[in-house]
Amino acid sequence: MTEKTNSTSTASAETSRTRLRAGFIRRDLYGVAAIVIVAAAGYVLFPDNLALLTRIIAIALLVLSLDLVTGYCGVATLGQAALFGSGAYAAGILSAHYGINDPLLMTLGGVFAGAVAGLVCGIVMLRAHGLPQLVLSIALVYLFHEFANKASSWTGGSDGLSGIVLDPLFGLYEFDLFGHTAYFFGVVLLLIVFALLRIVVRSPFGMLCRGIKEDPVRIRALGASPHKALIKIYIISGAVAGTGGALSAISTQVVALDALSFTQSAEALVMLVLGGTGSLFGALVGTVIFMLFEDFVSAANPFHWLTMVGALLIAVVLFAPKGIFGTVQDLLSARRNRTGETRP
Amino acid sequence: MSAVFEVINLKKAFGGLVVTNDVSLSMMAGDRVALIGPNGAGKTTFVNLVTGALKPSSGEVRLRNEPVTRIGPTGRVQRGLVRSFQVTRLFQDMTPAEHVGLAVLQRTGKSAQLHGNFLTRPAVMEEVDDLLERLGLYALSHRKVREIAYGQQRLLELAVALALKPSVLLLDEPAAGVPQSDTGRIEEALANLPADLAVLMIEHDMDLVFRFAKRVIVLAAGTIIFDGLPADVTKDARVREAYLGSYANAGLKA
Ligand SMILES: Nc1ncnc2c1ncn2[C@@H]1O[C@H](COP(=O)(O)OP(=O)(O)OP(=O)(O)O)[C@@H](O)[C@H]1O
Ligand SMILES: [Mg+2]
Repeated sequence: MTEKTNSTSTASAETSRTRLRAGFIRRDLYGVAAIVIVAAAGYVLFPDNLALLTRIIAIALLVLSLDLVTGYCGVATLGQAALFGSGAYAAGILSAHYGINDPLLMTLGGVFAGAVAGLVCGIVMLRAHGLPQLVLSIALVYLFHEFANKASSWTGGSDGLSGIVLDPLFGLYEFDLFGHTAYFFGVVLLLIVFALLRIVVRSPFGMLCRGIKEDPVRIRALGASPHKALIKIYIISGAVAGTGGALSAISTQVVALDALSFTQSAEALVMLVLGGTGSLFGALVGTVIFMLFEDFVSAANPFHWLTMVGALLIAVVLFAPKGIFGTVQDLLSARRNRTGETRP
Repeated sequence: MSAVFEVINLKKAFGGLVVTNDVSLSMMAGDRVALIGPNGAGKTTFVNLVTGALKPSSGEVRLRNEPVTRIGPTGRVQRGLVRSFQVTRLFQDMTPAEHVGLAVLQRTGKSAQLHGNFLTRPAVMEEVDDLLERLGLYALSHRKVREIAYGQQRLLELAVALALKPSVLLLDEPAAGVPQSDTGRIEEALANLPADLAVLMIEHDMDLVFRFAKRVIVLAAGTIIFDGLPADVTKDARVREAYLGSYANAGLKA
């Protein structure tokens, strides 16, 4: 039994709070440092392949956005690319049709369009649960795809949206042919989004979302509305996916219909499961592994790369259901506990 | 003094099965009522109906004279009607501090905030620490729920409900599934509930009922067959009949 005597315990509670906050900040800094190190390593190791690396970042933003609704809130969706594609088209259309060529404004346009698409998809999808919800998500991404296809005077239809022109970033850095500027821009976007999402998932709202995933009835008995919270997370998720879409439009200067395809949505889900749902790092790790794997294996053996991705996925689902990142994390903490060190 | 909680002619049928049959009752601030009845009598259904988890076929629920029948479950919680669950519903990967913290944040309208962590907020944590300490859970504040004993989980369920500062508290078998050795702690917690809180407790353990309740309501097959003093309940012929053959008969013979 612990009887906390008031004077000492208030002090100790306060130091434990300070320690907790320091722990959060330290872990965030580790996360940011890890991203910077990997990004720098990519830059040094693959200087001729920056386009691929930038694409990985764009898709990583899509997978992060999926992690918010699926990993943190338990909403299964196969239509997340609808939000990504909305961002990509918005950024592209701003430049191609309105002559707004400032990359920052284009990105903001993508963020906004993604958030609106998130709101729309959220409102529709949250009317159902389970399997019908999954079907709705597929229907939505097909509708978005078909809409973009039909509105060809705006989107270029199946030819893709071209005519995107870019002003220099901050009026200083030209988007060069080798993709240096685009890559740096992407890394910075990813760092900003990552830092913001760390704050969100740790906030009261993030905790509410975790609760909704586990037991919405319980959350309702606390007086909170799961529906409202899920709409909100969908808007946030749309903004993140839209950022990814905008980055993809800016870095490639075209937007293809694939950006809002079912295939892209399903691949994003595969990457998330591969890396581990419910953790921001899981989403990043899954994306990087999947896309590098795709690039290398498809170059080495174009006929069987999908077979190998399938085998990898089965192995992960069966033997490491928490995903690659989640499993490694478990192993590390198990080892740390064995060596007698206490967890923070 | 007027009633804080009123149920008027509440009815519910699942298909042809009538589970709540014209139930009416009212409670004042500070009431300690036990709702008893054989298994399947419709006690949990009653809680689900009045909290808005289920829609009644007809009837009305009032909180401080305000009809809430058309208000959803979350609106009723915000108006002070809070329940606990017969089978503990807690988040396995969260800590007691997080549970109570989430409830405090929700009550104060801050559960949708996108920044900051309550674990580092003195205003929230003081209340959390205080509540957990009162229920003897302070030492477990930062353990995961899956690691703590069931009896402690039942206490946490109570702590979460209290963190919402209810005016009417509906407890669905607060000691269910708890080993005999731990029921004392729960009973102590029940005895220390705020004096002005109106409490309706569903319970099968008659000893607990007699020690806790100032008034007993007996539900059988969806109908209230007794509403009166604990001393009279065992003498009532209809109650004896309803319990005949039921295991709770043993308790009633006392
Ligand atoms: N959703 C439902 N659909 C159909 N029948 C239901 C439903 N929920 C409960 N019932 C039935 O209603 C009756 C009352 O159930 P309820 O759970 O309210 O009983 P109870 O008094 O709480 O019993 P216990 O003491 O075992 O907890 C039971 O016969 C049960 O089978
Ligand atoms: Mg019951």
